[in-house]
Amino acid sequence: MKIIKTLALGLTVAAATQMTHAADSGFDLKTVDPEADRMALQKYYKDRFPKAEISDYVNGIYAVDAASREQWVELEEFPPYEFDVEKGEELFNTPFANGKGYADCFENGGIGIRQNYPYWSKEEGTVKTLEQEINECREKNGEKKLRWGKGEIAQVSAYMAWTSRDKVFDIKVPEGDKDAMAAYLEGKKFFYTKRGQLNLSCANCHLQGSNVFIRADLPSPMLGHVTHFPVFRSKWGELGTLHRRYSGCHKDSRSKPLKPQHETFRNLEYFQTYMSNGLVVNGPGARK
Amino acid sequence: MRKLTTALCSAGLIAMFSAAPAVADNHADQIAMGKAVYMGKSRGNCISCHAIDDPDANLAGNQGPPTIAMKQRFPDKRKLRAQIWDASQNNPLTIMPPLGKHWILSEEEIDAVVEYIYQF
Repeated sequence: MKIIKTLALGLTVAAATQMTHAADSGFDLKTVDPEADRMALQKYYKDRFPKAEISDYVNGIYAVDAASREQWVELEEFPPYEFDVEKGEELFNTPFANGKGYADCFENGGIGIRQNYPYWSKEEGTVKTLEQEINECREKNGEKKLRWGKGEIAQVSAYMAWTSRDKVFDIKVPEGDKDAMAAYLEGKKFFYTKRGQLNLSCANCHLQGSNVFIRADLPSPMLGHVTHFPVFRSKWGELGTLHRRYSGCHKDSRSKPLKPQHETFRNLEYFQTYMSNGLVVNGPGARK
Repeated sequence: MRKLTTALCSAGLIAMFSAAPAVADNHADQIAMGKAVYMGKSRGNCISCHAIDDPDANLAGNQGPPTIAMKQRFPDKRKLRAQIWDASQNNPLTIMPPLGKHWILSEEEIDAVVEYIYQF
């Protein structure tokens, strides 16, 4: 009897340990497997919140917490980002001084392409984000770069996301491309590495800790994290980009935050968006 | 000379007796400090993860276990202190910050918070 008890206890402990490890492929180039990571993450959330549909994770915490969902649904009746989408459309369609515009820089005239970002650029040997290409488009046409965190860049990005709503994310790590895999791996490592004076990893709050109270706040699940950016955050009272949020989160762990569009943040975005493959674009979003 | 010694001795005795209540006061001060550390957002902020049965604690989080039955759970107070000082010793994946190891709290503040939570 005692043996059975011990065994059962052992099994429970083993199961509990697995619970905290959603990623089940490795942390080096030989063993890392993005698709296995993605499936493991979905399984983790399926086991943890059986009632929530995977497709609903684009709605963040509102996929798993009914009480906050109610408030959010009310908020969405008059979406706070509506003006920003309109402003973004206006900016998008206003020609630069040389007569060209954003539409000339992007595939399909920049419409309905949000789901392809970020992507691995073999030529440049780095991860490219949408915001990065918005600014590159400006510079190529003799305009000044926009500031990364908020304002016009977020509005243009919001409009581009808006025209891509319901398109499915399909981020690729090109087969046999070691550098692309290394970028994915760096992003994954960043997500799971503890840092800062508070010794927190992204995973601490947004995987193990998702939907568990930190004071009165519920950290959002990692799955679907990036689909709704840029985001109108009530705390900011305005629209902001994903990398602005990364900097804020980074600072909350009492680390010295990296600057938006830093290579590390782009790799993190690459990893996180890959994890949300199969989910739809629903940006811009409204969040607390 | 003898008078002087007597005077000194009595002064010492008076000091000894009057010091006793001062020690008790120190403990109350220490507990008050521990409470301030427990509740303070820029200090320990323990309340963000650990519920506690103190009427002044509102909207406590539940990332960590509630602060309850501390004497039973930690008969050895030093083990409790060590857990606060660096919880990652026992569980490397823990969300709990290493409050002593990373100089988030001073040693004095850690002692104070141990005394405060040991009442619950």
